[in-house]
Amino acid sequence: MLKDTSQSFLAAKSDSMAVRAACRSPQHFDAALWRSVCNDMYWQGVLVPEVHEGLALGWVEMAIIMEAAGERLLTSPLFAVTQSTALLNVCLQSAVRDRCLADIASGHVVSLALTNAVGSWHTSGVSVSDSGDGLTLSGEARFVPFGFAASTLLVVAANEDQSTSIWVVQSDAVGVSVQHTPTLDQTRPMSEVRLEAVAVSEAQRLSSDAGPLIKQVVALSRILIVADQVGVAQASLDLSVEYTKERSQFNRSIASFQAIKHKAADMMVKVEAARSLLYFAACTADAWFAQEATDAALQEAAYMASACASDAAFFNAGSGIQMHGGVGITEEYDIQLYFKRARSTESYLGRPPEMREAIACQLLDGGEAWS
Amino acid sequence: MELTFTAADELFRQEIAQWLNENLRDEFAEVRHRGGPGDEHRFVDERKAWERRLAEGRWTCIGWPEAWGGRGASIEQQVIYHEEYARAGGPGRMGHIGDTLTGPTLLAFGSEDQKARYLPDIRSGQAFWSQGYSEPGAGSDLAAIRTRADFDDGSRQWKITGQKVWTSLAHESDFVFVLARVDRDSVGHRGLGFFLVALDQPGVTIRPINQLTGTAEFNEVYFDEAVCAADDIVGAPGDGWKVAMGLLGFERGVSTLGQQMLFQTELDEIIRLAKLNGASRDPEIRQRIAEAHIGLRTMRYNSMRTLSGGEDGSLSREAMIYKLYWSSWHRNLGKLAMDVLGPDAELLEEGPYELTKLQSLFLFTRADTIYGGTNQIQRNLIAERALGMPKEPRGQAK
Repeated sequence: MLKDTSQSFLAAKSDSMAVRAACRSPQHFDAALWRSVCNDMYWQGVLVPEVHEGLALGWVEMAIIMEAAGERLLTSPLFAVTQSTALLNVCLQSAVRDRCLADIASGHVVSLALTNAVGSWHTSGVSVSDSGDGLTLSGEARFVPFGFAASTLLVVAANEDQSTSIWVVQSDAVGVSVQHTPTLDQTRPMSEVRLEAVAVSEAQRLSSDAGPLIKQVVALSRILIVADQVGVAQASLDLSVEYTKERSQFNRSIASFQAIKHKAADMMVKVEAARSLLYFAACTADAWFAQEATDAALQEAAYMASACASDAAFFNAGSGIQMHGGVGITEEYDIQLYFKRARSTESYLGRPPEMREAIACQLLDGGEAWS
Repeated sequence: MELTFTAADELFRQEIAQWLNENLRDEFAEVRHRGGPGDEHRFVDERKAWERRLAEGRWTCIGWPEAWGGRGASIEQQVIYHEEYARAGGPGRMGHIGDTLTGPTLLAFGSEDQKARYLPDIRSGQAFWSQGYSEPGAGSDLAAIRTRADFDDGSRQWKITGQKVWTSLAHESDFVFVLARVDRDSVGHRGLGFFLVALDQPGVTIRPINQLTGTAEFNEVYFDEAVCAADDIVGAPGDGWKVAMGLLGFERGVSTLGQQMLFQTELDEIIRLAKLNGASRDPEIRQRIAEAHIGLRTMRYNSMRTLSGGEDGSLSREAMIYKLYWSSWHRNLGKLAMDVLGPDAELLEEGPYELTKLQSLFLFTRADTIYGGTNQIQRNLIAERALGMPKEPRGQAK
């Protein structure tokens, strides 16, 4: 039901032409489409609590929508606001948190400035200092999803004692500059955020000791990315099979050659395996929010799903280009767009070997990993 | 996505767990964890006796209707049964073929007389069955079978002549079901019959096939005018293919979770050894152990998706990938075991050729990607049935 409505909405509004137009536009996305996502589908509010005008649905529903978004290369800030919602939902209640959630529900873009200059979330590139006449934030964050479109930024910063805090900063505040970063995959645009002695007050602080919280937010973000990757893997398979059925060589449809069929079968194995782990991870996220699953269980589910789905998306999109033959490397055919999205999502929050190493730590060293 | 078990299901779980705990001991202690794939030739008499003990507790054929001595167990209960059986270390079932293949086939396609003659002895653990599908010239191309069945008007019997191969434990079984050609001029799926044949008769010769493991679980079975009664054909002459294939679509994977418990035991042993001998510090081994762990969990959630799916018996996408997925995973696990062991992987348990459990795993898992439809055939099935890709043009019959 949700799957069907999501797919048919995107089939109409986010087809190949629309995606390409969004990528080419000076705004780097289609603001009208985002308004339609917010007004007609209300996807920005899926995880927002009811008191803030959200739908308060679960992670399985969100995964279904994100999967459909990946399938259609949706070029909109859906991931950015959902990631921010996940963070806000795990923060303690405060006036500033409530305002952010309400902003998201009403369609404002709120982006999380989490990763530093080298894309790591282990140490922040922003620091908090107390100059005597008030607190200020200085430094930079990169790879911020849809930062250029955000009215509000959630900024992760290092405190003077090296602990971590999170601040709500308006994009137009004095000292804030947000710049779009040209990227290989134009369907997931990103930004660089620079802060130069941006004055902040205690009232803007979402969390004062955010280390453990960020760990869970990274796991939850991975689950959203996994859903996107499952969509990419599925669409890559479907597009390629469709193409091989139409393409004729040696007086046969090339889909009748076992060399092609076996490649397609391997692609289906990859996407179904990833989908099984995705929905397990989404169920685990729901259970975690209901305090029925441990932090470690959430981490593990995300590591497993991410390792599997990153591989599946890249394998399927890469194999898809091969199955398309020469046209696979043209601009005209869409498989190249999926290939680029598979690559950008693969490295965004840790590559598969890092996910596996984290699992290995749990299995072999009895220790808890933190990737 | 967890399967939901009702309170009644949980009582059922307690019942089977308790029964196994009380019975899988004393004279049966030695068969615990034995007789699985690669070990099927071991403890045959003890495992037959175990079948009779299971039957006394009404723990054979639980999926059959109560009228035939089963329990009419639901899908959930069958999953529980397999899980608890694996958890308790229940031995490889000698009655497996009768319970899960002959029985359901007769229940679906057999006459009342056939059911009355064959089902009670399967259920009670008195009669053991083997399957006669593959032939030397009919492996992946099963429809190419050449074994013939001719009806002899004088003796009112079917006479079967030909050769079957890969019949596991035929030398320890009482009966075999045989797919044979009733119409000499027929080719392919048409003109076949499905026969119920006693193995202890002059027209049947059984020869073991020695495997790379040094053991012999499989056999070749030669039929030279072997006989069965006029009414030992299931369905009509010509319906053999339909009967043989009829139940495959209804395999809902009830035993997959039990199988995965055995896989978990194997992986746990490999992890234990890796920690012990330091292989756990090797970055490449660490990646592969993690990969194995992820793969096993994938199978679990994949099975859950399958089992919580529709009741129409059609195979869902995730069910269609299962054989290819688990067989490849298991084969990789066998190699991982050897790589974790390092130089010790070469050392036998004892001479002349007694393998350790992990050596046996390494060698025998090469069969996993071949039997029951090779990985290549599985890929064809996925491509054709799930993805709608066209069949490869067939070669000309010789």
